Amino acid sequence: MKYAYYPGCSLHSTAREYDLSTRAVADALGIELLEIPDWICCGATPAHITMHLLSIALPVKNLLKAKAMDSYEVATCCAACFSRLKIANEFMEHDLEHRNKVNKIVGQEYQGEVKVRHFLDIIVNEFGLKNIEQRVVDKLSGLKVACYYGCLLTRPPEITQLDDLEEPHLMDDLMKIIGVEPVSWPYKTECCGASFSLTRTDIVLKLSGDILQMAYDEGAQAIVVACPLCQSNLDLRQAAINKKYKKDFQIPIFYFTQLLGLSLGIEAKKLGFNKHIINPAELLDTITKKR
Amino acid sequence: MRIGVFVCHCGTNISATVDVEKVAQKISRLPKVKFSATYKYMCSDPGQNLVRESIKEHKLDRIVIASCSPRLHEKTFKKCVEDAGINPYLVEMANIREHCSWVHKDMEEATQKAIEITRLAVAKVSRDRPLEKTYMPIEKKVLVIGGGISGIQSAIDITFARYPVTIIEKEPTIGGRMALFDKTFPTLDCAACILTPKMVTVSQNEYTTIHTYSEVEEVNGHVGNFRVKFRKKARFVDLRKCTGCGACWNKCPVKVDSEFDLGLGKRKAIYVPFPQAIPNVPVIDRQNCLWFTSKKCGLCKKICAFGAIDYDMSDEIIEEKFGAIIVATGFNQFDHSVYGEYGYGRFKDVITGLHFERMANSSGPTAGKIVRPSDGKEAHDVVFIQCVGSRDEQKGVPYCSRLCCMYTAKHALLLKEHNKDSQAYIFYIDIRAAGKNYEEFVKKVQTDYGAVYLRGRVSRIFQKGGKLIVRGADTLSGGQVEIKADLVVLATGLIAQADAAKLAQMLHIPYDQNNLFTEAHPKLAPVETITSGIFLTGACQSPKDIPDTVATASAASVKALGLMVQDKLEREPIVAKVNPDACSGCRSCIQACPFSAIEEDEIEDSRLKRKRAVAKVLEGVCTGCGNCTAVCRMSAIDLEGFTNRQIMEEIEAL
Repeated sequence: MKYAYYPGCSLHSTAREYDLSTRAVADALGIELLEIPDWICCGATPAHITMHLLSIALPVKNLLKAKAMDSYEVATCCAACFSRLKIANEFMEHDLEHRNKVNKIVGQEYQGEVKVRHFLDIIVNEFGLKNIEQRVVDKLSGLKVACYYGCLLTRPPEITQLDDLEEPHLMDDLMKIIGVEPVSWPYKTECCGASFSLTRTDIVLKLSGDILQMAYDEGAQAIVVACPLCQSNLDLRQAAINKKYKKDFQIPIFYFTQLLGLSLGIEAKKLGFNKHIINPAELLDTITKKR
Repeated sequence: MRIGVFVCHCGTNISATVDVEKVAQKISRLPKVKFSATYKYMCSDPGQNLVRESIKEHKLDRIVIASCSPRLHEKTFKKCVEDAGINPYLVEMANIREHCSWVHKDMEEATQKAIEITRLAVAKVSRDRPLEKTYMPIEKKVLVIGGGISGIQSAIDITFARYPVTIIEKEPTIGGRMALFDKTFPTLDCAACILTPKMVTVSQNEYTTIHTYSEVEEVNGHVGNFRVKFRKKARFVDLRKCTGCGACWNKCPVKVDSEFDLGLGKRKAIYVPFPQAIPNVPVIDRQNCLWFTSKKCGLCKKICAFGAIDYDMSDEIIEEKFGAIIVATGFNQFDHSVYGEYGYGRFKDVITGLHFERMANSSGPTAGKIVRPSDGKEAHDVVFIQCVGSRDEQKGVPYCSRLCCMYTAKHALLLKEHNKDSQAYIFYIDIRAAGKNYEEFVKKVQTDYGAVYLRGRVSRIFQKGGKLIVRGADTLSGGQVEIKADLVVLATGLIAQADAAKLAQMLHIPYDQNNLFTEAHPKLAPVETITSGIFLTGACQSPKDIPDTVATASAASVKALGLMVQDKLEREPIVAKVNPDACSGCRSCIQACPFSAIEEDEIEDSRLKRKRAVAKVLEGVCTGCGNCTAVCRMSAIDLEGFTNRQIMEEIEAL
């Protein structure tokens, strides 16, 4: 299994642990992730609210770079990159007007031929849960988590075609295989406040606070995510949430690749746990002690 | 030949764009046209008189009326010339209104076109042949498919006129959906109390034959003479011997979810769907009966004092003839499990309107208590969501189901009556209360029963702390609403039965993209279909409440009786005719005919000295569409009234 790897801006900076753990997991499973050389920003939110054609051209440039690697499948971890790359493909494949305009901008011909996969999809559907089960060396039993999917992994459904949009379960299925207990909770796809984190932090504190509260109420000890912004809002802002709403949450926010990595026997320090704001050490100790 | 041409002004509808005097003048110059005139309104009494007088005075034998579309007044002028002694098939209409004056602006060009159109009509009428109406016998028996309130009402009306009627009902009992309801709006009559007298009336009538647990399998023939094959499924209980004592179902050890109670209650494997069922004879559900699944038990047979249980019964196929068919097959409920936002049908306390009816019903599975199905506790805060499945182009049906606003209001009322301390919250988009006393009813529910109406959609329902959290919008106050509900009732819409398309194809009647049967004309013929002799009533045509259902039932029965009272059926002679000498027996016409009106026949060929296959038109079924004449490569089949020669004459006149 070989993919052109598109980390995106966050995985090289604020979400470094996601990149680290993803590479470690891919390495352990024999999945080859070749980083696209000289990739550029996908545009994320700022591009599509500023200039529509720019928001398509930026992903297309990256997809062309992947094509130049002789690769027709891109693997990405960030939900926003995933969304923007897929939307660009949709326009380039089905909309002649967009195709012509963007091809003119990037100076090349592209018709949406490079497919885009989210790493969660690759693990669960391509590599397969049964194969994962065979590679698990440490079942992380005793850990109860709430799997949080955020907004862009499953919506819009015609674009992402990833999971059920009201009751997604890919992460939950993966967690079960590695011995973690995913709780049933109703906030799997509730908004966390997204990019309002900087401009309207009060909105993020309210919405992310509600998510933390619901996860806590349903008995989760941690939240598992598949997107850097989800992780950031729930982790980075947890202290402020505690202060504003007089709570005492100590809920670590893990990337699914980190927990998967642990279960595959990868050393904890290779999975970037030290980069978290809410310290997961205590929780991890309790589950590893139970071995 | 002496042709008379009459050009109509139609007020100014035609004359404003077409110079009608010029048309009349130009046409009068054609050979064979012996009289040409104009008049303001040809269809009026004086207009028709002009035609009749002119025929007498000028000894005319063929007529052309240049006016509107024949769809409007063809019958008028046919009758008019017939009164004056001319065969009604020797009159042609030249459409210079819908095809000319109404679609053009330039007077000179429109007048030229009108002259052309009229000239073609003159050419055709010159080749027309006099035709005589044909007559067919009528089987004096009506078939009603479906034994719900609409089928029952139709049957009652037919028997009142002393004609025999047969009801074929799929379920083991008649009564349909109405038997499930508690109270009906706006009168709050108990559904069973007003339905059961009609059920008794229809079943005890000497002119009615009811076949329950039966389904139609094949329909052949045509109006006046339908041949219907139906399957009377094996009940495994002898209708003649069973007294309905109930000893068998009391003893039966098997309990399964009751379809009648929509899964809220249980029934036995041998069961009667509800206490007032007609016939009050149980049926054995062989999928769950221990005898049929594993040859065990057999208790019901042992305990029956009348020897009515017979495990060896088999399905019966019965074939009968009917003169008219009334389709009264009703509706089904929309399945809300497509809505992930409402729990994909997995939340026990998110139920449908019909479930609520069963609970409110004092003989229902909860003995009339409105409770939460999950724990049986009384429901206090109840959220009602209207338009579930209806008015939804994405996941449901695009139409409005017409009743849900009313039944939701009724439910809010019943909730308050059953649970004094309850509170109803109703999320709506619009309130449709167009019937008699409907608006007053809804208003009363708000003022006297305290129902809170919130205009907005519910975006999500999820479970927390034993309650259902309902999140929606209140657009009138411009805010979000979150309600902790005990119970959520979804006003699911009415959809066609699952086998509606199959039945429509069996009957050769059209149906729309929602599988609702299509009426002949949505305004002027709502209970007829374009297939002669087949009529529609009730929700199988479109969602409707009980008053409208009963109205259409009586309307359909009148249409059927209109056929019954005639000695013989008059048929239009505009039918296809085969010339067997020219027919090669290729069967192209048989395949082309959308009404299955052409059959294969055998004739003795005297020249070849053997039998050969030719086509034969069933004149009773033929609608005169002309498809067959278009495909016939031998010109062996021709359409009376629109023969190849007549059409060619028109084309050559161009």
